[in-house]
Amino acid sequence: MPFVEEYADIIVVGAGHAGCEAALACARLGLETVVFTVSVDSIALMPCNPNIGGSSKGHLVRELDALGGEMGKIIDRTFIQSKMLNVSKGPAVHSLRAQADKAEYSRAMRMVLEKTDHLQIVQAEVTDILTRSGQVTGVRLYSGAVYHAKAVILCTGTYLKARCIYGDVSVHTGPNGLQAANYLTDSLKNLGIEMCRFKTGTPARIDGRTIDYSKMEEQFGDKRVVPFSFETDPETVQIEQISCWLTYTNEETHDIIRSNLDRSPLYSGKIEGTGPRYCPSIEDKVVRFSDKNRHQVFIEPEGRYTSEMYVGGMSSSLPEDVQHEMYHSVPGLEHAKIVRNAYAIEYDCINPQQLYPTLEFKKIKGLFSGGQFNGSSGYEEAACQGLVAGINASMEILGKEQIVIDRSQGYIGVLIDDLVTKENHEPYRMMTSRSEYRLLLRQDNADQRLTPLGYQVGLISEERYQRLMHKKKQIKKEKERLEKTMMGANASVQHLLEKYGSMKLKTAASLAEILRRPEIKYEYLSEIDKDRPDLPLDVTEQVEIDIKYDGYIKRQLKQVEQFQKLEQRRIPEDLDYDDVGSLRLEAVQKLKLCKPISIGQASRIAGVSPADISVLLVYLEQKRGQENTV
Amino acid sequence: MNQCDTIAAIATAMAGSGIGIVRVSGNKSFEIVEKIFRPGKKEKRITEQHAYTMHYGWIMDGEEMIDEVIILLMRGPRSYTSEDTVEIDCHGGVYVTRRILELVIKKGARAAEPGEFTKRAFLNGRIDLSQAEAVMDVIQAKNEYALKSSVNQLCGSVLRLIQKIREQIIYEIAFIESALDDPEHISLDGYPEKLHEKVENLIKKTEELLINADQGKILKEGIKTVIIGKPNAGKSSLLNALTGNERAIVTEIAGTTRDTLEEQIRIRDLILNIVDTAGIRKTEDPVEKIGVDKAKESLKDADLVLYIVDSSTELDENDKEILSLLEGQRVIMLLNKTDLPSVTDAQVMRKIFSGPLVSISAKEESGLDTFADLLEEMFLNGKISYNDEVYLTNVRQRTAMEEAKESLKKVRESIESGMPEDFFSIDLTDAYESLGKILGESMGEDLINEIFSKFCTGK
Repeated sequence: MPFVEEYADIIVVGAGHAGCEAALACARLGLETVVFTVSVDSIALMPCNPNIGGSSKGHLVRELDALGGEMGKIIDRTFIQSKMLNVSKGPAVHSLRAQADKAEYSRAMRMVLEKTDHLQIVQAEVTDILTRSGQVTGVRLYSGAVYHAKAVILCTGTYLKARCIYGDVSVHTGPNGLQAANYLTDSLKNLGIEMCRFKTGTPARIDGRTIDYSKMEEQFGDKRVVPFSFETDPETVQIEQISCWLTYTNEETHDIIRSNLDRSPLYSGKIEGTGPRYCPSIEDKVVRFSDKNRHQVFIEPEGRYTSEMYVGGMSSSLPEDVQHEMYHSVPGLEHAKIVRNAYAIEYDCINPQQLYPTLEFKKIKGLFSGGQFNGSSGYEEAACQGLVAGINASMEILGKEQIVIDRSQGYIGVLIDDLVTKENHEPYRMMTSRSEYRLLLRQDNADQRLTPLGYQVGLISEERYQRLMHKKKQIKKEKERLEKTMMGANASVQHLLEKYGSMKLKTAASLAEILRRPEIKYEYLSEIDKDRPDLPLDVTEQVEIDIKYDGYIKRQLKQVEQFQKLEQRRIPEDLDYDDVGSLRLEAVQKLKLCKPISIGQASRIAGVSPADISVLLVYLEQKRGQENTV
Repeated sequence: MNQCDTIAAIATAMAGSGIGIVRVSGNKSFEIVEKIFRPGKKEKRITEQHAYTMHYGWIMDGEEMIDEVIILLMRGPRSYTSEDTVEIDCHGGVYVTRRILELVIKKGARAAEPGEFTKRAFLNGRIDLSQAEAVMDVIQAKNEYALKSSVNQLCGSVLRLIQKIREQIIYEIAFIESALDDPEHISLDGYPEKLHEKVENLIKKTEELLINADQGKILKEGIKTVIIGKPNAGKSSLLNALTGNERAIVTEIAGTTRDTLEEQIRIRDLILNIVDTAGIRKTEDPVEKIGVDKAKESLKDADLVLYIVDSSTELDENDKEILSLLEGQRVIMLLNKTDLPSVTDAQVMRKIFSGPLVSISAKEESGLDTFADLLEEMFLNGKISYNDEVYLTNVRQRTAMEEAKESLKKVRESIESGMPEDFFSIDLTDAYESLGKILGESMGEDLINEIFSKFCTGK
């Protein structure tokens, strides 16, 4: 039977947040790229919460942008409210979060895809991954059409064998009622890929006209908005913002939930997938934190041109009638009309330990994957993996070195390393506490950390790179000036210190020393700092942070030095762990499964002890020695 | 895992040998020893001396003279580890050798990990490649041993205290982290003041632990040995025999958790911490019952049980009672009173007991050598010197506790100087990890689990 046969360099399966970044990266690096989606109308869809960023997720978006990704730029153009979280805390945990106009976001991303050269969008369901002797060769579609390619990137999100559940109702669709992809799982299993099943959920959407906002607290955005992208002109994001609203559940809500728990598919066992602990359904919260008599509920607009409102904090898979009753018990929602029900969704994904930190499958050359398919959750986590998978698939085809961002370089590194190294039993969400070096991995210095890498790969323009180099030079110069400029204990200095509640100087001190006092800010010092050059805000911000937290930063830099030594000790891919001897049995099993690329990665595998690592070092040394003498 | 810092350990067996050697290896070893060495005659700086020279002098702790020593200087790569190495030869004696090691650590060295000297020697090319396997075996065996002994050496109450401190610390970290992850749900208003109080309290607890450690109350070494038997089976005379002329009592320490008297005795290269129990017999007498309960309690974390049987009398109910207590224990049966006519001999005992059995006479001090041979076979397998590892483990534990205290102090300092809350959790995490080293546990997923189980966050 005749069928369509096409050729491409790279195929991306799925056009969600991972797929879009992957496809854009490949095409921008000059590779002929085809991206498949079950529906062109669902490109860059946000089927759950209407926001981008948040604690540590904001970091991810900034890093993505620093590497040449798209998400930050799109949200800067389509947000309706923005907030810098944790501003009262240290700079390391400041994090941006923006409310998105979902439809606008999706449309803007689609337009970027459509305008990118070498990129073709195709609406179709991929059913088979084609391989020849361990190398991917292309995909087959439901229609029978075959697309040949040198690399394939799987970004199937929550679509694989997806099932949406609330109460007794179970529908075999992907999110938002979209068509599920029911065939690819079997093809992957046939290739020897181990699949598992995860679950997540979303709350109801409510008709905004039926909400009584007078019973809620209004939540405003920041007065001065900071953009996500390092390339966005801050002036362009000072727009009129739309408010969110805060209300609370109460004992009545909890009683309704408790008395209907037997009808929840979560508790009756109808849902088999593992759900995330960090975004529990409201029934989970009520059961697990029974001592709390109320939970926060955030009412967030879904966009500028819709009256639909997202009910943050109340995701659920309870039956429809219970949902109605439950939402109506919340102040302000007494008469609310539900537009879309809350539901839980189950889907197939992989155990990401089957991947290298480059996001390529260990078993199949040229096959990469990113996003929720890898067992993560969240738009931002997905986008970052998509970008890295896209870059590495491209590098492989171009015959260049693939990139691995390590844990000391970025949250992206922490994210991917955790996924491919640790055992993960629930959808993985980024958290600042997952990063060991978070004083170094700030959202404000993502460009300094990662733009050089983006430049090296080819996603960052020469001009942008030069701008960064200039910025770095300015920072360095100003820091040196502050360290060198001495202030005598004269009247104007003492007066200034007194004004800001700081101890007077006993002897002369440098401006840097004064700045290290927690209560003193860089801008305060301008009065006594006569030779201060006129520098942009993003430069002085770096100067201030670097100087103020110098002690802590130096400590972490020292730890990083140690860390990198072990990261750089590479383990040969073909190492036979059975041959090592002296390793404990558990360690052998875990190491065989994970195939770490470095001693550092090996040391993070649960079940591998420090002694096992010493043994491995000795073994590698012996091997190296023997090879040298041959 | 650091490959290039300076490490130290005691290189000689921790027995009462005539000489003790503390070995220091790494690029700071000369510098460190210089700080505590006072030359015997004319002033000289260790860092300026030639390699392969010996120097006579004193090890000083400030103005206090610790011991008269000879130090040996070796420059890398021509040393065992291929690094700059100093050997301090002192007058032996457990106490002095340790003081010197502790001093070296205080001045900047780190207690060597199990097998680390060997590992460094190998990695630096001083040990033949063909011996890699042996090297790996030593590392693995020593580590396994150290890990086991690390926890075993702690008194139950101390172990629980450390666990409790860790629980408190991780709760605070989880709280801070939850608030950072979800600032709109969890507020940190007024939190620094509360934390200050808690940290103050934790610092106090670690300080108490350290003081106790210095008094030898916490970190014990040796094999916890429980002596058990019927009344008059000869437990006391055995103790007397073991602690007799050649085998002097090293020290006498009262258990910190129990009233049971513990005695530390040395048999060849082994140190036994003896817990004597009251005679066990079936009884309704409440006072004696307490004795039985105590014995049972002691058996819980015993490394070795010596079961003494009076061979001149018949077995009875009480022996059955004792045997039932011994299930799952490492037991040596001592058939005592071979000087008297035998009623219950080895053959009889074999019917009810299958473990190692030695016939002795505590009174005539016979059979004790056979007993010592058996002990050596059980606890010294030739490769590992039991006491070395145990002692080093103790030094590492102490260092870890010290580190935990320092980290907690940093938290206090950060709070007092008005640093943002996220900085507190950095040092709290360090404290948690340091205490974890004592228990052989690392953070792993602890924090994430704590956050999710204690705090309700999420969209």
